[in-house]
Order: sequence, then structure tokens, then C-alpha cells
Amino acid sequence: MIKIKDKYDVVVIGAGPSGSVAARFAAENGASVLILERDREPGIPVRCAEGVSHKGIEPFIDIDKRWIASTIDEARLHAPNGKHVDMFQNGTGYVLERRIFDTELCNLACKHGATLITKADATGIIFEDNKIQGVKYTHIGEKKTVKCNIVIGADGVESRVGRWAGIKTNVRLEDIDTCVQYTMANVDIKENRCEFYFGNEKCPGGYIWIFPKSNSTANIGLGIAGHLTDKKSPKEYLDEFVQERFPNASISYTVYGGVPTSTVLKETVKDNIMLVGDAARQVNPITGGGIVQGMIGGAFAGKVAADAVKKNDFSKKNLKTYEKKWNKALGANQRFMFEVKENFMGMDDSKFNNLVEMCSKIPQKNFTLKDLFKEAVKGDPKLIAQMAKSFVVSRLNLRFK
Amino acid sequence: MIINNNLCDVCGTCVAVCPVDAIIVKEFVVTIDNDKCINCGKCLKVCPIRAISEENQ
Repeated sequence: MIKIKDKYDVVVIGAGPSGSVAARFAAENGASVLILERDREPGIPVRCAEGVSHKGIEPFIDIDKRWIASTIDEARLHAPNGKHVDMFQNGTGYVLERRIFDTELCNLACKHGATLITKADATGIIFEDNKIQGVKYTHIGEKKTVKCNIVIGADGVESRVGRWAGIKTNVRLEDIDTCVQYTMANVDIKENRCEFYFGNEKCPGGYIWIFPKSNSTANIGLGIAGHLTDKKSPKEYLDEFVQERFPNASISYTVYGGVPTSTVLKETVKDNIMLVGDAARQVNPITGGGIVQGMIGGAFAGKVAADAVKKNDFSKKNLKTYEKKWNKALGANQRFMFEVKENFMGMDDSKFNNLVEMCSKIPQKNFTLKDLFKEAVKGDPKLIAQMAKSFVVSRLNLRFK
Repeated sequence: MIINNNLCDVCGTCVAVCPVDAIIVKEFVVTIDNDKCINCGKCLKVCPIRAISEENQ
């Protein structure tokens, strides 16, 4: 039986990518770290389409084929009118096996000295002398407490850690996509190509994705904006789509979930507490991608936490360094993507058709996602200016390994 | 609001939109505290599997 101490410098709640990366960087820089994971192992249940870019994860972990289902180098965008455009220049991406990937990230944290407890469900924060002093949790049904100086909330879209500390994390209906995904067998797809469908008939306020996991299996899902659910549920939309596109396929795994698509939260830290990942709404509001964003958040938070331990200063003012770093790296990008999302939300299908039509005229050897956004913001000077700032992340050259 | 826990996938989407923190996920069961609930209906709208319904229905 592993020995759990009464007190740690840092307690991380949630062993997803952002929590494990936060734990690793806090531990690597000298802090004592405990990770509480509610499930029986990190990475389950997988509530994710599992797509990431090579560039995004490569700074954090050596690429290992054990957690890569397939390698992607093409993307096909389908317009509502049935026409499509292909992209070949967006770099390499992967469809992950999150169950293995998350475990590996958590193993890295443990290798650097963090302690993990699974089946440990955080139930509250210990406030003493008006200060956060620890975490309450249940471990296999038994009530426990652990003291700490810093709590890192990495407890996902359903985060309650922030709320316990009085951080406002609830999002508008417009700023969450309600999603369902099937992992399907016997699908007719191209293994190296992901596909996306847009349009108000098929998926209002969101999109349908096909992320191959092999040459005959794929994660096929959709998200619709939270305020556009009156007509049909996400499941009804997805069932209609798969019936039409993959009539002979079988479903091997079904998962439901929500993806935050909000702008940057006003506040992600308070005295003795930081939020990272989905809990901090660190998600690209257009793509819904949050793995890399959360890992970057985790890396900054972990380092700042370790630094706070060295200085023995756990004040909001000191922990805010984390928030500033994250904002500098990704804040402008998230704000821009949020504005573009707001624009997309008001678009009727003819504009989507037009967008794909315009993109199909761009020479294929040059065509990237950036061109798509350029087309999407055309004629809106405010967004064009914002766009210039938003792509700085690719120039940041973050190194975390 | 009532949750049908047989349908519920414990995805937590409802928790993210609740403006009054009335929804709790504990030991893989989602519950709504009807003393806190203001019947705004947001959870009902975002539930991807329609596991939430209004009372008296």
C-alpha cells in the first residue's frame, strides 16, 4: 500500500492531460505533489474525439506509437450543399488512444516524483482561517482529507473546484457544445484523412467530425451549440448522419459530453488555487480542441506552483503569473477564435457553401486552415486585425520536455 | 428538474451551464439540488442524451 502523506505542497484534482502535466512540472521543480483521480485509471472514460497536432504535443512527450491510433495528413471539409474542399498542408496530426496517452502523461508526472491516487473523488476544499488549506475526498468509499498549500483544479468541463473557491466558471448555453460520439467499426474512410461537415440542417452551431482510428474504424461525432437543441438532440442528428453515410457500420463505443467554446475566463486563480484545462475553459472555441491548450496551461501552472513553494507565497497576486503566461501564449488566439465562432453562429448555409467554394479556388499546395479563417473574416477589419495577433502561438516555440 | 440516472452518462455538461451550482457529481451519480435550482432549464437544453426533465411532467 502506498503511503499518503498528511500534507503536500500541491494537490492536483484530475489526472487528464492538463492535470498530469501540471503535476509533472510542479514535481520536477521541487514541489511535493499528490494527484487525485476519480476514476480507476487516468484516461477513462474517453470523452474526446482524440485528435491532436504533432506540433502541439511534441513539446511535452516523446511521440510513441503505443498511443497513436492513426496519423493524419489530410482534411476534407464538406459544405452543406454536398461540395467539399481538401487540405493537405496543415502539418501532421494524430488520432490518439487517450486511455494510453493519459496514462503515459500521468506516469511522467509520477516519474518526476508526484504521487497518484485513483478512485479518489474530490468532494470539497478545506477552508481554515479564511484560507484554502487542503482537499476533502473519498477514496473507495472512505472519507479522507489532505492538507496542501496549492490546489490545482484540473477536473474537466464539469469542474466544481473553481466554484468551491468562488471562481465563476459557468458558461452560457451559446458557449458550450453538446456532443455525442460513436466509435464505429466497418466504416468506409481513408485512414490518413479526417473529415468535417458543416451546416444548420446537419449540426446547428457546431460540426460533425470523422477521425479515423484505423482504415475501417473511426471516432464519428458531432457537437451542436447548447442553445440550438430545441429541434433535435445531438444523438438524433448523429443517428441521421451515420445512417446516411455509414449504413453498414456498427457502434463499438458511445460517449456523450460537453465542450466549452467560451472566451477566456476572467479569473482562473485565487489565493492558494489555480484552474487548468477544460476546468479553466482553455479550449479552442472553433475546433473544440483542448488537449494541447490544457497541457500548456498545466505546464505554466505547475512551474508557477513550484515557484510559489520556493517563495512560500501562495497569494493570488503571485499565482497570477500563471494566468498571465497562459494569456500571453494563447489568450489572443482564444479570443479571436471566439469572435470567429460568434460570426459562424450567425451564418446561414449559403455562406458556408460560399466559404468552401472560395477555399476550393486557393491552390491546394498552399491551402491551410489560416486561409480558411482569412476567407471567414474577410470584410471585417476588426477580426482581420485580431487574427494577426492570434497566430502568435505558432511563433512562441514553447519547449517543455 | 429531475435526472433519469439510467440514461445519464455522467458527462457533466449540465454542471458547466448551471448558474447556481445546483448540480453535483458525486461517486459517478449526478444529482440536482432542487432547493438551489431556479428552474432556468439550461441543463435540460444541453443534456446530450435528454436525461433531464422538468418536474410534474
